[in-house]
Amino acid sequence: MKLRKSEMAAIGSGRGTMDSQNQVQSDTVDRLKLLYPNVNEEETPLPRAWSTKDKFSYIGLSQNNLRVHYKGGTQGPGRRPHLPYLHLRLWMYRHGKTHRDAASVRATHPIPAACGLYYFEVRIVSKGRDGYMGIGLSAHGVNMNRLPGWDKHSYGYHGDDGHSFCSSGTGQPYGPTFTTGDVIGCGVNLVDNTCFYTKNGHHLGIAFRGLPPNLYPTVGLQTPGEVVDTNFGQQPFVFDIEDMLKELRARTRVAIDEFPLPDEQGQWQQVLHRMVSTYLVHHGYCSTAQAFSRATGQPIDEDIASIKNRQRVSKLVLAGRVGEAVETTRRLWPGLLERDPDLLFLLKCRQFVEMVNGTDCEASEDGANGVATSVISHTGRPHKRSNGVAADAAEEGGGRDVDMAPAANGDHEDEALPLVKGMPGVTASVAALLPDRFEADASSQRASVERMLAFGRELYAMSQKLSQDLYHKSMLEDAFSLLAYSNPWDSPVGWQLEPVRREAVCDALNSAILESQGMQWSSPVEACVSHARSLLRRMSRAALGACAFADLSALLAR
Amino acid sequence: MQQFTVFMDIESSRSYIDELYSSDAVKVMEALVTLKNSVIGSNRQKSSVISQGVVPRLLQLMSEESLDPNIRLEATITIGSLAKGTPENIESLIEKGTATALVEMLKTVPLGSKLAEAALCALRSIFSHKPAPVDALPADMRLLTRLTQIAREDSQEARTSVIRVLAVWCSGTVEQEALTCAGACSAAAAMLVVPPRSVPSPSRLVPALELLAAMCFKNPNVAQVALNTRHGDKSIPELLMCLVSRDKPLVVALKAAKCLTFLQRAGALPADDSRIVFGALPCLARLCTKENTEDIRASAAEVLAYLTEVDTSLQRLAAISNHLMSSLADIVNCQSAAAKQGAFKCFASLGANDEDIRKMIIETHGLMVHVVNGLNNPDPCVSLAAVRCLHSLSRSVQQLRTTFQDHAVWKPLMQLLNDSPGPELLNVGSSTLCNLLLEFSPAKEPMLDQGAVEMLCNLTKMSDPALRLNGIWALMNMAFQAEQKVKQRILCCLGTEQMFRLLGDSDTRVIMKMLGLLRNLLSTRQHIDAIMSEYSSQVMQAVIVVLEGSYPAEVKEQALCILGNIGDGEKSKDLIMANEDVLRKLVDYLAHPESKLQEAALFVAGNLVWRGEAGAAARQQRLADLGVLRALKLLRASHHAAHLHDKVKTALAQFNEFT
Repeated sequence: MKLRKSEMAAIGSGRGTMDSQNQVQSDTVDRLKLLYPNVNEEETPLPRAWSTKDKFSYIGLSQNNLRVHYKGGTQGPGRRPHLPYLHLRLWMYRHGKTHRDAASVRATHPIPAACGLYYFEVRIVSKGRDGYMGIGLSAHGVNMNRLPGWDKHSYGYHGDDGHSFCSSGTGQPYGPTFTTGDVIGCGVNLVDNTCFYTKNGHHLGIAFRGLPPNLYPTVGLQTPGEVVDTNFGQQPFVFDIEDMLKELRARTRVAIDEFPLPDEQGQWQQVLHRMVSTYLVHHGYCSTAQAFSRATGQPIDEDIASIKNRQRVSKLVLAGRVGEAVETTRRLWPGLLERDPDLLFLLKCRQFVEMVNGTDCEASEDGANGVATSVISHTGRPHKRSNGVAADAAEEGGGRDVDMAPAANGDHEDEALPLVKGMPGVTASVAALLPDRFEADASSQRASVERMLAFGRELYAMSQKLSQDLYHKSMLEDAFSLLAYSNPWDSPVGWQLEPVRREAVCDALNSAILESQGMQWSSPVEACVSHARSLLRRMSRAALGACAFADLSALLAR
Repeated sequence: MQQFTVFMDIESSRSYIDELYSSDAVKVMEALVTLKNSVIGSNRQKSSVISQGVVPRLLQLMSEESLDPNIRLEATITIGSLAKGTPENIESLIEKGTATALVEMLKTVPLGSKLAEAALCALRSIFSHKPAPVDALPADMRLLTRLTQIAREDSQEARTSVIRVLAVWCSGTVEQEALTCAGACSAAAAMLVVPPRSVPSPSRLVPALELLAAMCFKNPNVAQVALNTRHGDKSIPELLMCLVSRDKPLVVALKAAKCLTFLQRAGALPADDSRIVFGALPCLARLCTKENTEDIRASAAEVLAYLTEVDTSLQRLAAISNHLMSSLADIVNCQSAAAKQGAFKCFASLGANDEDIRKMIIETHGLMVHVVNGLNNPDPCVSLAAVRCLHSLSRSVQQLRTTFQDHAVWKPLMQLLNDSPGPELLNVGSSTLCNLLLEFSPAKEPMLDQGAVEMLCNLTKMSDPALRLNGIWALMNMAFQAEQKVKQRILCCLGTEQMFRLLGDSDTRVIMKMLGLLRNLLSTRQHIDAIMSEYSSQVMQAVIVVLEGSYPAEVKEQALCILGNIGDGEKSKDLIMANEDVLRKLVDYLAHPESKLQEAALFVAGNLVWRGEAGAAARQQRLADLGVLRALKLLRASHHAAHLHDKVKTALAQFNEFT
């Protein structure tokens, strides 16, 4: 359970990096990601091109491995000899006459089940001499000196006769023939394990049923001059695949809605009331929870005073007053933070971020100042500032250290600015921030910065004692990096300063308190959602395509 | 026991029914409410109340404008409730003028009122009965404008009701045009919008789609208006395109595809429009597949048959879409007549033009057996559709020789045609027969034994020109390269009187086929002489009638060809030679400005002057005397007849002694 908690926190603090990744990708829209949103490409990469290795030698690839042509072999029966033109024509004529001349290529990766409905299109650039082209699917390891469909675990639709070949040398009448200029699409329904084809955007009907999992898109060619281009989804398709996706989504939704439940589990009203009530209690929405329980007759398992206490601490964290929250926690639940140094570190780390933010001061010294201000507030968000001169000054300051990379441990030794003692990775740029150029409240600012640096050192010392070194170190690095910028809010690590980041910390603290009281660390509704998510992941691993169409957020939004 | 309770009900209801006629509004109101509550959900009560003669009083209470609106409302609701009863209930309501009363009321009631809604609801129930009292709703512009206004602006319930009523009502060109003028297109368009993220509701969409389909059916003007009607940023075809997608309820997709089909057939959309090619057609092909219910599949096949009836490219596209052939073959297997009919019609459309598609149809597993069974189906709709299918397939020479022979399709067909068929069946059936009787068809012989000649001769006496044409056409096909006894039988059966009647037919095509028949009868030498020996005067008269009459050139050409055939006969030549009238005409036609007539006359002359046959010299002499030789020489000199020069030379070469 401990591990889960830190996992949650990790998700919380890791979100920043994820966001920035997404931003990079949104510049070049990845159509495949939109088509197959539930596919985790780190686990199961999508086929994006033909494999340069998993092909027969007679096959040539070009144009980013999306164009396939028949080049024949350099040896054996398919070898293209050096001959005078007429003889070459004769060779061309003879070549590709036998099945031994057939050659296939597979895509780089098998089709992930989490696609739900997978589709790719092949445009026949040239039918070559005879147009013996096959388009389809095959499993890993199937002989490539063949057209798709001829062998076990191999499936194909052939252009010369329009037949479909289902792991057999003899085809079945299936569809029309296809030739130069035609666009042939191959679709795999991973929910019911069927395959269909399209010709120029027209659905030709189901060709194969009962397909095995992990098939690769495959094309095969047999005679000279045959050339095909492939669209794995990077370009818009000729066929309206979105229409079928919509249908499958609607069907999956109906299947979920109409799934029969045993009577005792089917009492939705009861279950939902319990969910709502426990959620409210869990997050300390005390009055609402009381009102709800009065209205629905749901019992509250926790002491009201205890809920109120948790609510108080949560409010402090959410307001950014982490220092006070820590103090209150210590007072109300003595020993809790001492038993859980990871949590304490998380809180302290957040406290440091909030100090940069100007929302937290050490509780003991808070009274004197009264107004919470950031030590580096003079470089704060420009729109909050009314003083034009000061803004200019900030730019000046910015000009000075804008080149500072987010501090990496020990990388700055040879740089001009000395390291701040006790805080590795934090350079003296902080010192440059020090408001010595601002005459007004220089002394109090300086004191704040001093305090912050002292707090930072303490934090660093604390991190050294923790076991999960790597994780804590990166969290600390992120936090310290804030100091490297004259305007932390606009910096690449500025995401840490967003108030929404407090939520993860708040949750972690709340969970720890609940656990210490002998209660569930997460609320049933959250457990339910994360359970559903992990079930979807398991479905994807178990090659159950329906996982692609179970849209959790849409189901929850209802 | 049952009777006893009925009796009790009537007895106990006496009192409040009497109150209905009271002059005290409060009492009437109470009685109405009691009555309403008693009839809701009970067909037995409805019948009982109607039989007590309450309806006129209810209509009066409903229509009286001076009465308390609440009384009128209750009366209308009660009528509406009665209209949800058995078909007999509705019939008696209609008999008592309920529909008219409701329509009258709609002219005056304020829009958006409960009363209007209740009246529309009642009217909808009455119109859902078949036959609907369409006459109760006159094509009065002011009324229709009012109704379409309701359809655009009123409550959801009222809109749906009025659109349903109009959809039933719209059954002819007059209604279609009137509704269009009243703005029904835009009213329907407004109903077709499905807000994003909402589940499309068939109960709202289907009436609007039905109205649109009824309005556009075979009406190019209305279809054009519909094409240009927009709601929001979308035109009607675009709205329909959204509704044919796979995530819509099947019945909605079906009706939307039907609307697109009607728009296309009425000429508003070209056959290659993407909304047809990627919208309606794939949708219908998908709805025909096995996963769907029988009635959906039946209707989809029927609509698809209409969509692909004429356009070859759509036929080709449908033939490869979503395994349509096997889907249709499976629908033929369904029990219901509607399903069989739809599938046969669809096969008929698909195979109308393309030989490859016909081959695909024939090769569909076990289909021919089903077609033959379909011909024998007791339901006339099914047998008609099966004949249509057969007719399409009979255009294939290959099928005539093989599959049709294997399955002896002529047997049930002949039986159908001999069994007092309806006009439509007779038409399609005889057309099919025409094809079956083509020279190369092996079915010819057995059909003769079944009395085909007699039946076809009867067809030529029909008042419908299409049937006469089919009859004479089939006879012509039958006579082609037939044995002499067959020819004799045709001549004998048809009779010279009928022959002349046909030559005077109002339809030129019939005359052409009649002459064609004569040509086919008069071919090969022995047959010519044999037939001419018996019918010479009639045949010659027929030819002269045509040559002298005011017929188009292609008809006269046929007559000259007959002469040519006669001229090929050994003894028959003399019949021409003996007829100076004919010979003079021949000279005239050799100089005729119409080149095909010249060519035909040349053919006759060539046959007559042919050397090496008995009496050739005498004939040449006679023809030369009459100016044929001169005419030929002129023809040779003519630049206009350059393409005939070879034939002219051959003919002239025969006249050796004279040139």
